[in-house]
Amino acid sequence: MITVLAITFVAATVAPLIFRKLGRNAFYALAAVPAAAFVWLLFQYGPVYSDGGIEEVLPWIPSLKLELAFRMDPLAWVMSLLILGVGSLVLVYCARYFKNKDADLGGFGAQLLAFAGAMFGLVTSDDLLMLFIFWELTTILSYLLIGYARTRLAARRSALQALMVTTAGGLAMLVGLIILGQAAGTYRISAILDQAGALMTGPMAGAVTAAVVLVLAGAVTKSALVPFHFWLPGAMAAPTPVSAYLHAAAMVKAGIYIVARLAPGFSESQFWLPVVLGLGLATMLVGGYRALRQTDIKLILAYGTVSQLGFLTMVVGLGRPDAALAGLGLLLAHGLFKAALFLVVGIIDHQSGTRDIRKLSGVFRSSRALGVVAAIAAASMAGVPPLAGFVAKESVFEAFVHYGTGDDAPAWGIWILVGLVIGSILTFAYSARFMWGAFATKPGVEPTPFKPIKPAFLAAPAILSFLTIVYGLWPAPVDTWIQPYAALFADRPDAVDAGHLALWHGLTPALGLTAITFAAGAAMFYGRNLVSRAQGLVPDWVDGDRAYQHTIGALDDVAVWVTGRTQRGSLYFYLAVILTVAFAVPATALIVANKPLPDGIYFIDPNSPLQMVAGAGIVVGALAAVRANKRFLAVLMVSVTGYGIALMFALQGAPDLALTQMLVETIVLVAFVLAMRSLPAELRDRTGGRLRVIRVIIGAAFGITMIFVAIYAMGARVATPISLDFPRLAYEGGGGLNVVNVTLVDIRAWDTFGEISVLAIAATGVASLIFVRSRGDRIKTSEAVPEGSVGRRTDVDRGSRDGATLAVAKKFTDVSRDAWLVAGRTLAPERRSIIFEVVTRLIFHSMIVFSIYLLLAGHNLPGGGFAGGLTAGLALTIRYLAGGRFELSEAATVSAGTLLGTGLATAAASGVVPLFLGGQVFQSAIIEFWLPVFGDVKFVTSTIFDIGVYIVVVGLALDVLRSLGAEIDEHFEGKGAPLAEEEDAADHSVLAGEAAESAASGKGTA
Amino acid sequence: MSINLTLLIVMGVLYACGIYLILERSLTRVLLGLMLLANATNILILSTGGYAGLAPLFDKETGPDAYSDPLPQALILTSIVISFAVTAFMLGIIYRTWVLARQDEIQDDLEDVRVAKTPSFDAEDDAIVPLETSEFAITPSNTSDHGHPEATETPNTASTQEGGSA
Repeated sequence: MITVLAITFVAATVAPLIFRKLGRNAFYALAAVPAAAFVWLLFQYGPVYSDGGIEEVLPWIPSLKLELAFRMDPLAWVMSLLILGVGSLVLVYCARYFKNKDADLGGFGAQLLAFAGAMFGLVTSDDLLMLFIFWELTTILSYLLIGYARTRLAARRSALQALMVTTAGGLAMLVGLIILGQAAGTYRISAILDQAGALMTGPMAGAVTAAVVLVLAGAVTKSALVPFHFWLPGAMAAPTPVSAYLHAAAMVKAGIYIVARLAPGFSESQFWLPVVLGLGLATMLVGGYRALRQTDIKLILAYGTVSQLGFLTMVVGLGRPDAALAGLGLLLAHGLFKAALFLVVGIIDHQSGTRDIRKLSGVFRSSRALGVVAAIAAASMAGVPPLAGFVAKESVFEAFVHYGTGDDAPAWGIWILVGLVIGSILTFAYSARFMWGAFATKPGVEPTPFKPIKPAFLAAPAILSFLTIVYGLWPAPVDTWIQPYAALFADRPDAVDAGHLALWHGLTPALGLTAITFAAGAAMFYGRNLVSRAQGLVPDWVDGDRAYQHTIGALDDVAVWVTGRTQRGSLYFYLAVILTVAFAVPATALIVANKPLPDGIYFIDPNSPLQMVAGAGIVVGALAAVRANKRFLAVLMVSVTGYGIALMFALQGAPDLALTQMLVETIVLVAFVLAMRSLPAELRDRTGGRLRVIRVIIGAAFGITMIFVAIYAMGARVATPISLDFPRLAYEGGGGLNVVNVTLVDIRAWDTFGEISVLAIAATGVASLIFVRSRGDRIKTSEAVPEGSVGRRTDVDRGSRDGATLAVAKKFTDVSRDAWLVAGRTLAPERRSIIFEVVTRLIFHSMIVFSIYLLLAGHNLPGGGFAGGLTAGLALTIRYLAGGRFELSEAATVSAGTLLGTGLATAAASGVVPLFLGGQVFQSAIIEFWLPVFGDVKFVTSTIFDIGVYIVVVGLALDVLRSLGAEIDEHFEGKGAPLAEEEDAADHSVLAGEAAESAASGKGTA
Repeated sequence: MSINLTLLIVMGVLYACGIYLILERSLTRVLLGLMLLANATNILILSTGGYAGLAPLFDKETGPDAYSDPLPQALILTSIVISFAVTAFMLGIIYRTWVLARQDEIQDDLEDVRVAKTPSFDAEDDAIVPLETSEFAITPSNTSDHGHPEATETPNTASTQEGGSA
């Protein structure tokens, strides 16, 4: 079986290639695959029937109890017969149905063949999950096949509708299957059915009952039972061969198959019979009624199929031996005649160009052979002897007469029988309507032009009709095939004899019912005008299709509503919701838990009471930052909190932190001024009023919640802090006295490595945001830059106060003396400050040396790579502020990108090299040696890592200065003008003027 | 267990101010709010270290309890430098927004507003399709459709729906 499946799917995969070579004749090649499988199946008759079935199991995912388990028993064998046989005939038919120039034939053929494989897999699976996989495969392939005519809206919509309905049922079924599998402890279908009785009475009885209902929901949607029947007529937008195969013979039978498969075990489950009989009967009647109203012969068949599916569900699901026999007999008969009828419809459509019974006339005269083939199939559908339909329906009546009138019959058994007879009358009537509509010569309608049919086209329906006759005349083989399945019900306490499928049972009540059916059906057909007028009077009752449209429409409405309410596009709204949840949930938890405050709360730290003062400063700074309505004032106030925190760190006993925080705060302040010099000084506040109150509430609530969360979290600590070991670890393992620094470069080196990677990324991000097109790593030298050209102000009125100041500035600085700075001369005279230049000259090198000292000393004393790097960055900042952007490029002759890369590489190397020396990643070693002047030196290799950190931080600082400083300068001067394409000229000159002003004030502030 | 209320109150104020600021429309204020939040978080981490102690510079004579806890310090050090990088990045964004749109304010997303106003009618789902009675358009009534293939897809050409209760 696995081989058959594999071959089918492989053939489907290569099918498009075959089509490219052979055109539509490739369908013949594809048809050979299920045909060969059919022959193989015939050879399996012996093993299946005498040895109790064949089994193939291939483990797949043992941990999920998922295995490729297949099992061929009589039920699967009979189903496969239908699937493979009809499958190959439909493929043969396709070869003449389609034209060579039809689009996507390869894909279509592949899907159709794959569908045959999926159906075969579905009926042979012995694992619930495998069954589900094949089930969903058929759904998806059905979607693709219905939507074959991609340019037609009707086809696309019907395809989607079928997909939605059947997958919804499929999901319900999946839940049911999983419950069943878990309750039974196995997913093997045969094993579950063996213990079905125990399951339904055991401890999981309720769950199993629910599971059975869920599985039935899957079957109901797949087999298009009321109230989900509407998708099947909609699916008639598919090419007719697809309708013949999927929507008559195979896929819609999957639901029937599930019912048949589970019936031996679960038909006594609580809700089984109500669902199966109730929905089955309703579907049979609704389908038959609707079929009589259609004017499209394909839709007559579609509703007829709906009706028959309801019929089949009732019979197969009844759970009695005679009904089981009759049910499978009917299933085969239905497959034969319905497929044949659909193929006939396809031929009529193909040859005449319409399926409308109001336009078709005289078709029988044009093609008698077609008429005969169709008549046999339609008669079988109506139940006329001596055809397959008659044989099967006779047995069905027999079974339901027993069920409805026997000694132990339920009260409603007789009504089921009455319903069945009415359904059969409707079936007879629409069968006649179909034949009349498709073939009759109608008065007043001109004969339909009809092209002659090639024998190859007619072959498939002819073979099916021939089999219908054979089955009717000689039902014994079919009877033999099904008896073993019917015998599964024989051990029930109320079991009756299964009986036999036969053409002649004698003068039984069933025969009488058949006679009634014929008489009433014929009467309905002759009074068809009366019937349709009566039907026209009945108001449109609940329409499944419209209900579906409304459901989907309501879903759309809800989706739009929910999206509109939640996805408002307002950052304020999102943040308000997120933050409210962030404080409300913990606050609620705290209030509900209602625990006493933990011990050990103190207000003043005895070791450093000065914290109170620093804290007060921070609080004032923070509040002032909130109140400030000037941009730089707000920035300064935030800096106040930052410096206050640096003080707090110092008071807490954290010199490294205090040092780093100071340096960072300073550089951040410079960066702020540089980046914001062109923005307006005022901070406008447009979110006032009610929103302001909400903001205050959220902010205050968040802050208070955090205080209590922190108190309780710290009060909940029970373990000894791991950091108590750190000093010892740092000294013995890391070889350093500064515990914090050793933690960073050794104990938690991975952390730091991640951090410097982030720094490199952020630095690159800053550069990209400002330079836009590149990282701007090109170094610009100052040699070619003319004297006093950078930042020259040109727009100042000489007579104004500003102009006078400028004139004085020029007088003082317009002297071509030797520069204190390398590129100081490039700066416009009014920009230069001699004091600043001299001071810079004096302290720059000291700062660089100091930064290196911090780096190297950091292992034992406060300092380290971060502090060192930031100090170097600050030194560069001073150079830039004093000497302008060319001074910066002269000071840092290596590009920022190179620095970042080198730093990361150095840090990475310090991690990797120990591996080659037999150590672990980031393992450090202590090397002691003697140096002149320094004496004995103890070098710890983790210092190399710290050097990497240092370089990365310098790179970051340099990137900030180059981007937010130098490049923005250049934007203002309109020289590099990388933004020119985004600005129009007028805008630009205004910008430059403004910018120069604020640049000056910016430097003043810094 | 030691819980320093001074630190926690300072933290609470910083959180409150930070949250207030990030709920503003001005990008600059949002960035300042983020910085305050970072500062608040640093203090929170710092307060987990307990009482103020000696600077964690190892000395053989000193017991591990006497130092100020080094682990929170290492975490904060990382946090400070990362905050610097993030701040610089945000500054880049603010500058860029200013250059491109001449504004420093967070705008509502117009696309989202448009989506919220979308009607739920969708031609693919809701347009009325005429009944098609053939896959092969060769009869006169169908050839006209064939000439204008879009005619089968426009609404209002017919009121019958396939599969409906015609």
